[in-house]
Amino acid sequence: MFAEEAAGEAAHAAAGWFLEHAWLIPVIPAVAFFLIIFFGKKMPKGGSEFGILAMVASLVIAAGTAYQWIDWSHHSEEPIIKSITWWESGGLKFGIGQHIDGLAVMALLLVSFISTLVQIYSTEYVRGDRRYTHFFASLTLFSAGMLSMVLAPNMVQFILGWEIMGLCSFMLIGHWWEEEANSRAALKAFFTVRTGDMGLLVGTAMLLAIFGTLDIGGEGGINHLAATGEFDSKSMLMWAAIALFIACIGKSGQFPLHTWLPDAMAGPTPVSSLLHSSTMVVAGVFLVARLYPVFHTGLDINIAGQHFNFIAVIGGITILIAAALAFVQNDIKKVLAYSTVSQLGYMMMGLGVGAWMPAVFHIFTHAFFKCCLFLCAGSIAHTGSHHSFDMKTDMGGLRKKMPVTFWTWIVSTLALCGVPFFSGFFSKDEIIDSAKHNHYTVFGIIGLIGAFMTAAYMTRATYLTFFGKARGGAAHFVDGHEDHSHDEAADEVHHDVDGLDTHRHPVHAAHDDHGHGDIQHGKPLPFAPSDSPWQITVPLIILGALAVVSGYLNAAPFKLHYFEHWLESSMGLPFGEEPGMIPEPPTFSWAAAAPSIILVALGITLSWLISKKVFGEEKNGLQGLTQRNALLGAGHKFLVNKYYLDALYEGVIVKAIAHPIARAAYWVNQHVLDGVVNAVGIGGRRTGEWVYRNVDQRVVDGAVNGSGATARGAGGVLQPVQSGKVSMYGALLFGAAAVGALVLVLVNS
Amino acid sequence: MLINQFLLLGALLFCMGVYGVLTRKNAVMVLLSIELILNSVNINLLAFDAMNGGSDGNVFALYIIAVAAAEVGVGLAMVLLIYRNRKSISLDDLSEMKG
Amino acid sequence: MVLASDIQVAQNIGFGIIALMMILAGVGVIASRNVVHAALSLVVVMAGAAAQYVLLSAEFVAVTQVLVYIGAVMVLFLFGVMLTRAQLGKDADLNNKNAVIAAPVALLLFGVMAYALIDGFADDKIAATTGAGAQPQDTAAISDLIFKPYLLPFWALSFVLLAAVIGAIVLARKD
Repeated sequence: MFAEEAAGEAAHAAAGWFLEHAWLIPVIPAVAFFLIIFFGKKMPKGGSEFGILAMVASLVIAAGTAYQWIDWSHHSEEPIIKSITWWESGGLKFGIGQHIDGLAVMALLLVSFISTLVQIYSTEYVRGDRRYTHFFASLTLFSAGMLSMVLAPNMVQFILGWEIMGLCSFMLIGHWWEEEANSRAALKAFFTVRTGDMGLLVGTAMLLAIFGTLDIGGEGGINHLAATGEFDSKSMLMWAAIALFIACIGKSGQFPLHTWLPDAMAGPTPVSSLLHSSTMVVAGVFLVARLYPVFHTGLDINIAGQHFNFIAVIGGITILIAAALAFVQNDIKKVLAYSTVSQLGYMMMGLGVGAWMPAVFHIFTHAFFKCCLFLCAGSIAHTGSHHSFDMKTDMGGLRKKMPVTFWTWIVSTLALCGVPFFSGFFSKDEIIDSAKHNHYTVFGIIGLIGAFMTAAYMTRATYLTFFGKARGGAAHFVDGHEDHSHDEAADEVHHDVDGLDTHRHPVHAAHDDHGHGDIQHGKPLPFAPSDSPWQITVPLIILGALAVVSGYLNAAPFKLHYFEHWLESSMGLPFGEEPGMIPEPPTFSWAAAAPSIILVALGITLSWLISKKVFGEEKNGLQGLTQRNALLGAGHKFLVNKYYLDALYEGVIVKAIAHPIARAAYWVNQHVLDGVVNAVGIGGRRTGEWVYRNVDQRVVDGAVNGSGATARGAGGVLQPVQSGKVSMYGALLFGAAAVGALVLVLVNS
Repeated sequence: MLINQFLLLGALLFCMGVYGVLTRKNAVMVLLSIELILNSVNINLLAFDAMNGGSDGNVFALYIIAVAAAEVGVGLAMVLLIYRNRKSISLDDLSEMKG
Repeated sequence: MVLASDIQVAQNIGFGIIALMMILAGVGVIASRNVVHAALSLVVVMAGAAAQYVLLSAEFVAVTQVLVYIGAVMVLFLFGVMLTRAQLGKDADLNNKNAVIAAPVALLLFGVMAYALIDGFADDKIAATTGAGAQPQDTAAISDLIFKPYLLPFWALSFVLLAAVIGAIVLARKD
């Protein structure tokens, strides 16, 4: 190890300070976590100082690292790997350290940047919360976990970071655990991701078995060995890839384990924007991108003649079903959640068709605009809709009074839809293009349909939120009075939207009530005079700007390929057309991009018109269509119940498997284990009693008593000798004398 | 006369005296039995004297008679004392041992 | 060859009768239920013994026996009986339980002694004590023996008698 390190050190002796010390990036938030835990409550700002400072420090180092990496990548493709062995057993070394290459640098920068913005945002959003300090502690720990994951040099550290993120997700989703729905959502998230994590462990073990090492990069690392074909069993590699991908299905919310993501919206909005849109959920995508040679070789991604593979199929399905579900949501965060799932499907599909670079670039751009969208939703709830996320009952007409929120929302939506010259266009479109180019035509079509649907549901959400007449909480904000006229109507159409019967009160259909307890409806609340405070709006503006600008790092129409250059070495496989190589992204042509642009425009227009008709005030034939038409109604119900997947998972699978197993385990525990223990105890007691009765009382005591009785008996027998009677003594005397005389006579005769 | 007849007579009396000493409960009876024994010894002594012709046996027989007298005197005095203290001269009653 | 003068028929018959009397009286001593009867039986035994002493030509001893033994000792016995109020007349049970042991012991003792005697002195004869060749007892010889070789026992005996007299008086006085 030392020799390797020394050689490695010599190899990048020219690497800069930031590159050498990039491992500080996760360490600083980790230290801040402990500081917040121990000292946060005593600090004037409740511990958020540590969090923000730590994230800013990480951001600075990450920026420095990025700068130096850009420098480095001009002349070298070697990643900077540093590792200290913290445990060694049986020839296997477990190290902890850093693996800095383009992908890691991108992720580090992304995570630290978004974490910083979200933490600043949170200082206003969760102001006055009952667990303010712990919130920041969890956010900081999460950042530490993800940062340590993205620069992990081996699978062990990767899994460590992965699990820390899962833990923080659980803690943060259930931040307001006093309401049962929130804690249930947290548990659901945790268990669903955990189900997938089995695949992670199995896959890692298989990788260890195949390659004999857990190191990801470097000459003897998994990527290199997989890329050069130095392994024995291809089928085992395939199964390892499948196992690892199952973990990605769980973590990144792919079908069929996507059900936890929408429920995770029960957490505070900063959590949703940080974890469940930009950073944590892309961990699965990151895993695939990081270990791409394993997947590419194991699943034969770009082998000629392949038109389907596991990753692409799952990604494709996810795109469509999530987009469909986004149409029937009333909760704005749920719309964004399904949108996230759908976009994650895009990333997975991109990786599945061999479009590594577009997929990773989509991670990058998606983070900015999706985070911005979530923060906008939070801004609306915080200021405009009286803490409600329900678009139908508490929003509407907010665009005039919340201009910053409105315009950043619009910009991010356009980016999400893939409107040209916004960032999403450059990333998402390339995925679709690559799919078609790499002979995965079906998935290209799926991508196009998905683009259409994305545009449509986002327009619907935009209309409901910002246009039209202000309703409910929004009315209170916009007009300064409360609008009850729509509450009863909203109550009627407000059936059990998602099966959760806990909130009949229309205002509290959403679960994010900021921890202020039950808000009395009817009591006039002071309304904010204008848009949200600067801690909220400034991050929005920054992210909105990035939603536009970030795309130009890899803008194919303008021949800008910076991103590609910087991350090319991270693919693990070279560009090329032979098997075992990744095809080059296709050269951009407006003709090829035309279908998607047209579909997007179509989607926006159609959705706008339909939304105006359905959600507007004038009565027309489209309103209430789903109630009148049986077929549409059935389809609506099917979507509203999320394809009955939740019922399947919880009602059937969990009940049929977990409950009998739990009961059986309980029976075994009570009757077998406890029975054995009790039997041993009873046996011991009976043995003790038997020994007491027979051995102790009879034998031992008998012997003791017997000896005493013998002594007494002997004494009793001999006692008459000492009778005190003279005649007795005389008798004995004469008797002895007579015997003596006899003996004497006999002897002498 | 055979000497044996005197000796056997003496032995017989002796054994009868032994029997009496061991058997009798009354202290005075025991003393009587002791006299029997002493008399038998006397017969023995004098028989041997007659056989051997000397006079030593006679001397000792006289001595024995004197001793017997002394012994009876003291013995009866003791019996009297015991009788005064215990109101009984049964040897069985004289034992203070328990059991 | 046994001569008629050796056999001494008269002495033997005399001996036999007296012996028989003594034995019966001895049985009376040990088996009588009456204390006084037992004491009187003892008198008979002593008288018989005196007669035997004469047969053995120990006249002085015989006389001493009668005077001292019977005359003083037995009277003393009868005094003792009287003073201790032993039951005059029949006594319920004068024998204790030792008879079981005493009889075998006595018999054993007699058996052993008899055997030893018969074995040891089978045919030894005593010289004639009367008739021709009889040697009379010489009292002077006895006193010579007493005061010369056996003086010390004589003194010891006198001390014993003194101690007995004083002791008896001390023991038996009432105060």
